[in-house]
Amino acid sequence: MVENFHIISALVEDRPGVLFRVTSLIRRRNFNIDTITVGSTEKEGVSRITLTMRGDESIVEQLVKQLSKIPDVIKISELKPTESVYREMAIIKVLAQDSVRRSDILNYVNIFRGKIIDASKDSLTIEIVGNPNKINAFIEIMKGFGIIEMAKTGIVALQRGLKGKIE
Amino acid sequence: MRISGARAIVEALRREKVEVIFGIPGGATIPFYDALLDSDIRHILARHEQCAAHMADGYARVKGAPGVCSATSGPGATNLVTGLATAYMDSSPVIAITGQVPRNMVGKDAFQEADIVGIVTPITKYAFQIESASQIPDAIRLAFMIASTNRKGPVLIDIPKDVQLEDVDFDYSERIKLKGYIIRTGDPHPYSIKRAIGLIMSSERPIIIAGGGVIASNASEELIKFAELIMAPIVTTLMGKGAVPEDHPLYLGMIGMHGRIESNKAIEEADLIIAIGTRFGDRTTGKLDEFGKNAKIIHIDIDPAEIGKNVKVDIPIVADAKKALSTLYSKLLEFGFSKKDSEWISRINYLKESYALNYEEKGEGLKPSKILKILRNILPRNAIITTGVGQNQMWTAIHFKIFEPRTFITSGGLGAMGFGLPAAIGAKVAAPDRPVYNIDGDGSFLMTEQDLATAVSEKIPIVSIILKNRALGMVRQWQCLFCNKRYAYTDLGNIPDFVKLAEAYGAEGIRIESYEEFEVVVRRSLSTEMPLVIEVPISPDEKVLPMVPPGKSLKEVIWYG
Repeated sequence: MVENFHIISALVEDRPGVLFRVTSLIRRRNFNIDTITVGSTEKEGVSRITLTMRGDESIVEQLVKQLSKIPDVIKISELKPTESVYREMAIIKVLAQDSVRRSDILNYVNIFRGKIIDASKDSLTIEIVGNPNKINAFIEIMKGFGIIEMAKTGIVALQRGLKGKIE
Repeated sequence: MRISGARAIVEALRREKVEVIFGIPGGATIPFYDALLDSDIRHILARHEQCAAHMADGYARVKGAPGVCSATSGPGATNLVTGLATAYMDSSPVIAITGQVPRNMVGKDAFQEADIVGIVTPITKYAFQIESASQIPDAIRLAFMIASTNRKGPVLIDIPKDVQLEDVDFDYSERIKLKGYIIRTGDPHPYSIKRAIGLIMSSERPIIIAGGGVIASNASEELIKFAELIMAPIVTTLMGKGAVPEDHPLYLGMIGMHGRIESNKAIEEADLIIAIGTRFGDRTTGKLDEFGKNAKIIHIDIDPAEIGKNVKVDIPIVADAKKALSTLYSKLLEFGFSKKDSEWISRINYLKESYALNYEEKGEGLKPSKILKILRNILPRNAIITTGVGQNQMWTAIHFKIFEPRTFITSGGLGAMGFGLPAAIGAKVAAPDRPVYNIDGDGSFLMTEQDLATAVSEKIPIVSIILKNRALGMVRQWQCLFCNKRYAYTDLGNIPDFVKLAEAYGAEGIRIESYEEFEVVVRRSLSTEMPLVIEVPISPDEKVLPMVPPGKSLKEVIWYG
């Protein structure tokens, strides 16, 4: 992964307006984030926001401190990439009109452990899950075949081991 | 107790010991206002919601407890924005209660609908909309808790009209908590105290920067004891003015863009800066790379996000100023710290003498500095001063000595013109027995002048001193110094006769032409029973000096215009 890559994970109360408060703060403080995802957790009423950004330590520290001040943010921490599992998913629709190209694409999909989730006469739609490096590498290859459309989820992440459980 | 949502709001406010609300009613708050009529809470009818918010802010800063303002939905609520942003930037506990269109119309662009929660989220500590009357007690309890704990700040509660009409079983015991909001004890971490003590004991030339946080935490006494123990001169930020009596021997003056030369110089020469309750705003530090580069920095602040935000510090102490200072004091004594010899203090005293503000107060026209000195001589030490924003504000900061905390009320962070008059009204309501003077400029005064009507109707005898230069003076000063005297639209042109204006509102207005007249009027104003406006003509070429040009370091000061 690129240098200065940071994953920030925030447990927040599942209430209307919380995501807005978080994104509003990010905009106001001029933080530049790469991805942001939100979803439920094992605990009712608690959601997890995962965001990723590039920047030096002081910017990350400031982002974490500022986000901590939002009363709906229950807990926030930076997840060290080396001590965490993190995944992103992409759905990529590629041009695949002749059989040679199709089989080439299938080979790559196998190598990257992707999945074909839809096919048409002229295209293949691939689902690929993994860390952002892997996905980016795959996208680079697919560019050569012609990407028609693409959607990415942004990163979700958890710390390894027992740490980080919601109290 | 089963009551309407509207009554529940009033009951909750009563439980929070609210004595006064500043506001303007409207369609969406009619039920609330109807319930308010039966309560013993005083309501002060503002003439503009921005003023209602500034009044609540002025009240809060003087009282040291939350001030409450109220507005209807839509335009009423949006008018609060400047007032809330001001309170936010200066960490003032203001509670805003706004009406909202009925729930079934929310999101439909109904008449007088505005997403006020969305609008104010970036400029409040917290803002939320209530979805049912059953939430009202908890919401109000949480709003007061959030506004007045940790780093203080404004909170807005938006209440749809139909929710005010719905019934609720009123229960004010603590039922829900915000898991993410922890009230800090404010106790400093022993390890950071230990490290700080080490630095203090080894420093030769310590200096203390007192910010607004010292006043917010009522830490003046602790600050003085601490400073006297380590023999450190004290400088303040604009917001910290009043943290120590300005005639204290260790007090040096304000620092920053319009700080005193000796204060800024002392910062340069210090080997240890102990900054307390300040966010190191750009007006305070000047060019950041140059700020305090010869010194180690200890930063005490209740808000951990302030530490390291603007200035890199050596020792962070996340703590309440009062607790941190008393802990440092007792630990120093415990470690057998004794006063250092006064070489540094001699140097400070030398700087003080060399750079004393010996203004040339002769020459044409009335000088703002002299006007302010005359005023200071007449007013009692506990008089409360509010200011507008601009030259009037900075002249006051430089030339008007403040002796007690919570007696200098100004819009520091946002710099909202028009703050002075409504803040004075709020201040006077908080401290009816003390003289309250608004020192203003004509440009600033004209932004909220309509609320003279409020002061007259409510018989709130505040005095406004308008330093009338017929210009947007501070901008004009910048145009003079940095734009080669190209005065782009800073000449106010036609301004009203402030004497007649005051009289039109039923207040008293006086124009003075000499220092002697001014003195007579001010002496008389101490016993005024009605709002008074004193017009003081000054030249538009009067400048606020010293000045550190924007983006420059504190030593690159402009001294004589």
